[in-house]
Amino acid sequence: MSLTVTDLRVSYQTLRGEVRALDGVSFTVADGEILGLAGESGCGKTTLGKSLIRLDGRMRHAGGTVELDGRELPIGDDRAMNAFRFREVSLVPQYSMSALNPTRRIGRMVAELLRSRGETLDRAKLETRLGQVGLPREVLDRYPIELSGGMKQRVVMVVSTLLDPSLLIADEITSALDVSTQQAVARALAGFRDAGHVRSMVFITHDLALTARIADTIMVMYAGMLAEKAPAKTMVEQPRHPYTRMLVDALPEVGARHAGRRLTGIAGSPPALLDPPPGCRFRERCPLADDGCAERPPVTEVAPGHHVACWKV
Amino acid sequence: MRRYFGRKLLVYALTFVVAVTVNWMIPRFMPGDPVAGMVARAGVSQPAAAEAMRAYYTNLFGLDRPLWQQYASFWGTLLRGDFGISIWLFPTPVSTVILRAVPYTLALMVPAVLLSWVAGNRLGAFAARRRLLDNTVLPLGYVLTATPYMWLAVILAWGLGVVAGWFPVAGGYSFSLQPSLTAGFLLDLLHHWVLPFLSLFLVALGGWAIGMRNMIIYELESDYASYLAALGAPARLIRRYAFRNALLPQITGLALQLGVLVAGALVTEIVFSYPGLGSLILKAIQNQDFFLLQGTFMFIVIGVLVANFVIDLVYVVVDPRTRAGMAGARG
Repeated sequence: MSLTVTDLRVSYQTLRGEVRALDGVSFTVADGEILGLAGESGCGKTTLGKSLIRLDGRMRHAGGTVELDGRELPIGDDRAMNAFRFREVSLVPQYSMSALNPTRRIGRMVAELLRSRGETLDRAKLETRLGQVGLPREVLDRYPIELSGGMKQRVVMVVSTLLDPSLLIADEITSALDVSTQQAVARALAGFRDAGHVRSMVFITHDLALTARIADTIMVMYAGMLAEKAPAKTMVEQPRHPYTRMLVDALPEVGARHAGRRLTGIAGSPPALLDPPPGCRFRERCPLADDGCAERPPVTEVAPGHHVACWKV
Repeated sequence: MRRYFGRKLLVYALTFVVAVTVNWMIPRFMPGDPVAGMVARAGVSQPAAAEAMRAYYTNLFGLDRPLWQQYASFWGTLLRGDFGISIWLFPTPVSTVILRAVPYTLALMVPAVLLSWVAGNRLGAFAARRRLLDNTVLPLGYVLTATPYMWLAVILAWGLGVVAGWFPVAGGYSFSLQPSLTAGFLLDLLHHWVLPFLSLFLVALGGWAIGMRNMIIYELESDYASYLAALGAPARLIRRYAFRNALLPQITGLALQLGVLVAGALVTEIVFSYPGLGSLILKAIQNQDFFLLQGTFMFIVIGVLVANFVIDLVYVVVDPRTRAGMAGARG
């Protein structure tokens, strides 16, 4: 098992109280696996991604454990976590376009970053990796402003994976890209996994269709909890959770004619997590909900590798 | 690159022309008649003699010619480096009077501007990472930067000069000494320099410290800082980057502040009767000395323009984005 997350709870401190953004999430990611993490805004996917590498100032680790390759990650301890960052867990952030220091040449920045972590820069390795994502070695002598958005994104991908981390978190990295570039970036990430630059990956996105193409497994979250986790193919073809079913129904199909059928959306919005309602959190929007849903549904394995948190399956 | 500097130089040239024109206009539209003052000082009682002196001086200074001719000849002599003859210190040429005062002003301004900028930036960056320091530096910085130059100068003169008696409160050197290149005179010079320098330094320091503190906090929250932190980079590296990037607006700030600092130096010099350009301006105004006033202003204008141009050059060196911008302008 590469990554094992058990009952992870993370909350945000706000003036009005504690917002429980992650409320008991458990899952595993195997060696070589790409886990696609999907869900609408505010469901806790980015919080989960951040929890695995660096909690920001307002976040608090409220419980649960994260284990990577048999060692527990001290996610609540910012200093102790430094030993794991970059070497074991790495991140391609949502803000890749602005993740590079604007006043340093890229090569120099990378060298300084590595030196500060006690590593030496293997220039040949760096140039090979850049070549693999289609970047010329000259980008190292450029300033970030001289690169296009897509190029910066790829530079960040190469830098983040330079120390061959065990786990890579890719947080909404395709959101700011146009569709054709999205494809290229997603393929490049899968290529990193295939080449062994990263062992496993958590690919966070709100784009279920894109996830289905590169992920081995997809996990759908809703309001800080796991809704459904299944192999990618199963998730798209036979979703079980009502929320996932509605999500998949809301996707347009390539080549399909939509003349007779309007794409459906999901009415309403997720509940506020400041004081979440008891029971199933999807209850308010769920067409199948009844009184039994007032109790929180456990995550059950309905088929090998297919987990669902719903009373109705 | 050439186009960028060409454009910059054009702007500076235009600024210079406007400044020279304004500079020429101001003394001439001041109330009062300088020649009458000179004649009165001579104490001539005979009206005919007074009238002859009047005619002589008016002709000597070219004040009997039409204004446009005065303006044109002003440019002509200016370009030859001739600022005319001082009325107050007649018949010393203005350029001599100014050159005598310039070392004092430069010795005051250059260290005050540069040291306060460097020290203020260090202090602000340091304050941004220590809460205790932040809570003391910030209010102190606000008080200092809001203090009028002459007020702080008066407080310092009173506190450290009159009450404590550590420093002399007036003059560039003791009246009992003759300017010479001896250790004793130089020490005396330094002794007189401390208070005016300190009052300029302290006021500017507060502003720089506040600016730097705010910029550093902004930079530390930027995306590149978060990314480095997520990759486990030590705080030292992140702060180094943040400091360097936060310096860029501070450099712009320095360019904008130069004019204000010059004005500050003028009042400070007046408070301490320091024999620099500030005192010279006061004397020139009091004595209706057009030429001296013009010459001094001209010198200040040139100084500020040159300093701004230097800062433009520095900016091109330190910020790669300016260079990219120049490439864009070319294409």
